[in-house]
Amino acid sequence: MIKLIGLVPLFPLIGFLINGFFGKKMSKGLSGIIASVSILASFVLSVLIFVELNGSENKSHIVNLFSWINSGSLIIPFELLVDPLSSLFLLIITGIGFLIHVYSTGYMHDDEGFSRFFTYLNLFIFFMLLLVLGNNYLIMFVGWEGVGLCSYLLIGFWFKNTAYNNAARKAFVMNRIGDLGFLLGIILVFVTFGSISYNEIFAKAGTVSTSTITCIALLLFVGAMGKSAQIPLYTWLPDAMAGPTPVSALIHAATMVTAGIYMIVRSNIFYSISEVAADTVAIVGVITALFAATIGLFQNDIKKILAYSTVSQLGLMFLGLGVGAYSSSVFHVTTHAFFKALLFLGAGSVIHAMGGEQDIRKMGGLSGKIKITFITMMLGTIAISGLPPFSGFFSKDEILAHTYEHNKVLWILGMITSMLTAFYVFRLIFLTFFGKFRGTHEQEHHLHESPPSMTFPLIVLAILSVVGGALGLPEFWHMPNWMANNLETVIIRKNPSTLSHDTEWSLMIIAVLGAAATIYAAYAIYRQRHIIPLNEGDKMPALQKTIYNKYYVDEIYDAVIRKPLDILSEAFHKFFDIQIIDGLVNGVGAAVKGLGSGIRLIQTGNIGFYIISMVIGIVFILLLTFLI
Amino acid sequence: MINGISINYYLLLSAVLFIIGAVGVMARRNSIIIFMCIELMLNAVNLLLVAFSTLHADANGQVFVFFIMAVAAAEVAVGLAILSMIYRNVKTIDTDVLSNLKN
Repeated sequence: MIKLIGLVPLFPLIGFLINGFFGKKMSKGLSGIIASVSILASFVLSVLIFVELNGSENKSHIVNLFSWINSGSLIIPFELLVDPLSSLFLLIITGIGFLIHVYSTGYMHDDEGFSRFFTYLNLFIFFMLLLVLGNNYLIMFVGWEGVGLCSYLLIGFWFKNTAYNNAARKAFVMNRIGDLGFLLGIILVFVTFGSISYNEIFAKAGTVSTSTITCIALLLFVGAMGKSAQIPLYTWLPDAMAGPTPVSALIHAATMVTAGIYMIVRSNIFYSISEVAADTVAIVGVITALFAATIGLFQNDIKKILAYSTVSQLGLMFLGLGVGAYSSSVFHVTTHAFFKALLFLGAGSVIHAMGGEQDIRKMGGLSGKIKITFITMMLGTIAISGLPPFSGFFSKDEILAHTYEHNKVLWILGMITSMLTAFYVFRLIFLTFFGKFRGTHEQEHHLHESPPSMTFPLIVLAILSVVGGALGLPEFWHMPNWMANNLETVIIRKNPSTLSHDTEWSLMIIAVLGAAATIYAAYAIYRQRHIIPLNEGDKMPALQKTIYNKYYVDEIYDAVIRKPLDILSEAFHKFFDIQIIDGLVNGVGAAVKGLGSGIRLIQTGNIGFYIISMVIGIVFILLLTFLI
Repeated sequence: MINGISINYYLLLSAVLFIIGAVGVMARRNSIIIFMCIELMLNAVNLLLVAFSTLHADANGQVFVFFIMAVAAAEVAVGLAILSMIYRNVKTIDTDVLSNLKN
């Protein structure tokens, strides 16, 4: 079955081609079915491969599909790698991807670009699968660029709206900055090791100087910063909300943002060797986590809150990577994929019920009206807050325990982040689902539960969010930590926990108490005292205003980077373009024209004159030959 | 000496023929006359080639002459066809009138 791994990315590609070429001629139902079934086929195959891999002794299979680049010393075969890490990502991508496809058939039902939407979704999944399956950095790079392209297409899906187009462009440019770092990293890898296949590189990683490894690791991390939305390249992710809600779920949960995490886990040997790089990852991660969590506190757009929460959770995952807890981070990627997809799809269902309204100040009291959405979202919220025994609790706790062992300051920051997370997600829940309805009468009349195609994925994801923690039960509970055992062969240098059981217990209890305290605070503010966030124009305290405006980061980027670039471009345009380049081109044109109008007079059209000139010329040449 | 006549006379004759041809080409305006003058120039050269070929007892020159005659025949056929087409279209073969390319 592992030999058939090539089919896994092939199915979405076929779906993409069918929908891309014939989508307009097909009915919406058929188009949605083809797209969903292609992902389902991949998912089934992924499950079979996963099971077979689990049962086999050899944990790493390389399947050579064809010879790709063969030029002198540069030989790059198109090889796919099946190991515990990639097979786990396959399950996440195709599994959650499938649920999102099903959901989209309901959510996008009235959209005129229905088949175009599924075309992009299938292509997105295809590139993401390529990214995780490649056995060398180049295939990963192809997938990497591909998901960047698809995210651009999907964020700007409603391309008639200029603001959405700008958001798409922002995502593209931000990713591009990261991609450059990643590309340089790959080139450095090739120059250093003479190969870009994982198995060859990682075997030789110990023989190279640490400074080179640090360079490679940092360059790769720049790529991860772009794709996984870390400071300073995170601003595209909250803006990526411009796309349809299922796209947000896809980008935030199953694909795209997890690419950076996957890449670092794949290259874990570099980060184990280079402490500088690992510390950078941890520090950037924890700052991003805290920064985004504080922004999330005061946002009023239901999707924006979730977007900042994704940035913040990704920060936590990078913190885990930085402190060497690779399997914990992958664990958190998995559980996060469950509950974040759930929350986004739930938010989509709320928006659907509200007829397009996204502002939580205009919601409230929805719990009775849309029961399934409410219950499932509630479960997702508890999971992300880190209350036991829901999935988020175990994964977050594992990361924080490793962080505590590594560095206490980072642990405190991580802890604050996770408390803030609990606060703002419950703020969202209380404002959306409890209290009195604050929208218009038409909206209240229009309120309805979503169709089964949308509630089914919610229910499945809710179940996964609840029980997902079983994948990685803490070792000191004397339970098998499946995640850590599974990834054992992938993580080259292990970093086992040396904390005593008492410490681990107390860390766990502190985390739960912290989360519970902030949830109570959210309850007291938004449920008991019925405080509604201030309106746009109202006066706010300075700090709150700064945070509400996202610390003015976009404005700062605008002023520091975009404006000077604009001025520089303008200057270049005026001087270099108009004066030199245009001058040169126009000058050549004018010279030829002038010369032509002079020489033109010779062309009299009189044959006799031509012949006389010819004879004179011949005589002249003959004379010259005789004289010289 | 060829058949008792000095080579110089051959040279002189072909030079005179050639110059008559060249002047005719330059001076006349009737396309057919110009055409005939070109033939005259070709044959002046042919005469020269044959004369030298006999003088040096080398057949190459005569081979050349055959080639030139064959090509010239083809050229005449094409040229006359062009001329007759021009005449059919503009009712003249006066080269001074045929100056459409000028504008």
